[in-house]
Amino acid sequence: MNLHEYQSKRVFAQYGIPIPRGEVANSPAEAREIAAKLGGKVVVKSQVLVGGRGKAGGIKLAVDKDDAEEKAKAILGMTIKGLTVTKVLVDEAADIKDEIYLGLVIDRAQRRVIMMGSSEGGVDIEEVAANTPEKIIKVAIDPCIGFRSYQATDLATALGIPKDLSRSFAQIASGLYNAFVGSDASLAEINPLVVTGDGKLLAVDGKMSVDDNALYRQKGLSDLRDPSEEDPYEVEARRFGLSYVKLDGTIGCMVNGAGLSMATMDMIKLYGGEPANFLDIGGGATAERVAAALRIILSDTNVTGVLINIFGGITRCDEVARGVVQALDEVGVTVPMVVRLVGTNEEEGRAILADAKMETASTLAEAASKAVAVSR
Amino acid sequence: MSILVNKNTRLIVQGITGREGMFHAEQMIAYGTNVVGGVTPGKGGQWAAGVPVFDSVRDAVRATEANTSIIYVPAAFSADAILEAVDAGIKLVICITEGVPTLDMVKVRAYVDQTDARLIGPNCPGLITPGEAKVGIMPGHIHIPGNVGVVSRSGTLTYEVVAALSARGIGQSTAVGIGGDPIIGSTFVDILGLFQDDPETEQVVMIGEIGGTDEEDAARFIRDYMSKPVTGFIAGQTAPPGRRMGHAGAIISGGKGTAAEKVAALEAVGVRMAKQPTDIAELVAANIGR
Repeated sequence: MNLHEYQSKRVFAQYGIPIPRGEVANSPAEAREIAAKLGGKVVVKSQVLVGGRGKAGGIKLAVDKDDAEEKAKAILGMTIKGLTVTKVLVDEAADIKDEIYLGLVIDRAQRRVIMMGSSEGGVDIEEVAANTPEKIIKVAIDPCIGFRSYQATDLATALGIPKDLSRSFAQIASGLYNAFVGSDASLAEINPLVVTGDGKLLAVDGKMSVDDNALYRQKGLSDLRDPSEEDPYEVEARRFGLSYVKLDGTIGCMVNGAGLSMATMDMIKLYGGEPANFLDIGGGATAERVAAALRIILSDTNVTGVLINIFGGITRCDEVARGVVQALDEVGVTVPMVVRLVGTNEEEGRAILADAKMETASTLAEAASKAVAVSR
Repeated sequence: MSILVNKNTRLIVQGITGREGMFHAEQMIAYGTNVVGGVTPGKGGQWAAGVPVFDSVRDAVRATEANTSIIYVPAAFSADAILEAVDAGIKLVICITEGVPTLDMVKVRAYVDQTDARLIGPNCPGLITPGEAKVGIMPGHIHIPGNVGVVSRSGTLTYEVVAALSARGIGQSTAVGIGGDPIIGSTFVDILGLFQDDPETEQVVMIGEIGGTDEEDAARFIRDYMSKPVTGFIAGQTAPPGRRMGHAGAIISGGKGTAAEKVAALEAVGVRMAKQPTDIAELVAANIGR
């Protein structure tokens, strides 16, 4: 789960990281009020969960409250990478002298949380990593020992932080680590961490991703989830415990198991088709869950054919078949379907589907090629 | 011979009184696995699936001399269950549970690495040595004993491949599902090393997927240490970047972890890569002249 900039910065502030004064506005009038309260120049920033907001015109400097209202009017309602802006953050404008990058991720290969710092702040860090990797300093953090002050000092020196700011930097760095661990994050970054004209450090922009598997113990953060900002089908899928990712193709897929789901998509492509989605019904799916899965697949209007591929282990083929029939009763299916049921109770499953007039297949290759053929 | 589990495995089931734990304990016993007990705190003294239940792994080990544990407890308690098993002296711990928070696994893996215990998973189907021991949730009947080692990040995709091997009469020494999470107890490299040292394993099938760099590490290991032929497949060629494909670990991030990179790394060290999973059995058969 990704947090908005304003949400991330509020978490940072709870861990003692200095952030600009500012508030969220849902209308130009609110933006004006906030700007009036803050006084002076403000930055009006769209709050959408995508990168590249600045380039898209979603972040604008305003000289006073009138200007803030104007800028908010322009930004609210605009679309950035397919997402409509419904909120803006109105922040006090910072007097920027220097920009630093500071971030934390989990490094899979090292199996450690890694702190990354770069003197090239304020730009896309992935570009820095690709073009000038030597400009990124990395510090691996032992999970049992935690982040130590000598590591902060080392990092401050490597980043060329002015000596009189090194104590403040250490507080921010350890605050960011504590925020990361305390929030079960998979990513936490301050970009840029600004050195201001009056010689202070300020987290001007921030980003956080929280581990979905840990949301059960992050009640405060999971409550921030706003389904209106997500694909409605993905929200619906989550409600039924399904893993669903919408793609651009035309062949809807329903499979059990993530690896087999990916392989099934790959096979569709290999036979000249394009998958419309990734969908894993999980292990031991009930008829209800299967029916929900099929409803979600069919609600995608790009879908011109469906491939159901089940390798039964703990998942029973008869249960899947019942779910398919249930869904067919509820929503009139107009697109052709290809079904492959193998494993636990496959005979019973096939018998249930016998009246449903579906194409059947015995191998994955046959299923994929038939699905491509019927969806043309 | 085989790796990790066999006739000498003495298995306990952590979470045996739960729905999943009970069902799979029965399935494993039916397969012939030597299940010697189970653990559910507070339910010591009861019986489940025909074996005694203990309050702690320590009690279970004392009473049964268990050497292997399989974990079916909910994700919130999995880290604790793994650490408890390791602290009680269990040398092989298999965690089936999906959804363990990644930061829990960062700590658990750091701790387990300081001991001589081995962890498989989490978020895995377990492992099976056909005809000897099934320690997991895979359908046992699709496996037959033989000389092909199988290691995979996936569950059902592995069943698909194993069933195709068995259909051709090609048996497996051991099939290991290492799990689909970003941080797991044993990686491809660990399991490939065990297969290389196992005299009964003549060749290996490895099934990877997008995300991380474990397949690239495996490629270096194969180049430097493996003499046995390896056949591979990588799932997720059509997966878009930045999206998690079901498995917590299956995500292309920052342009890294794509199927194309992994296929290239493995091909470069002589691994024969299947274009589709159905081709794997054919490539394996060709290796033994069938």
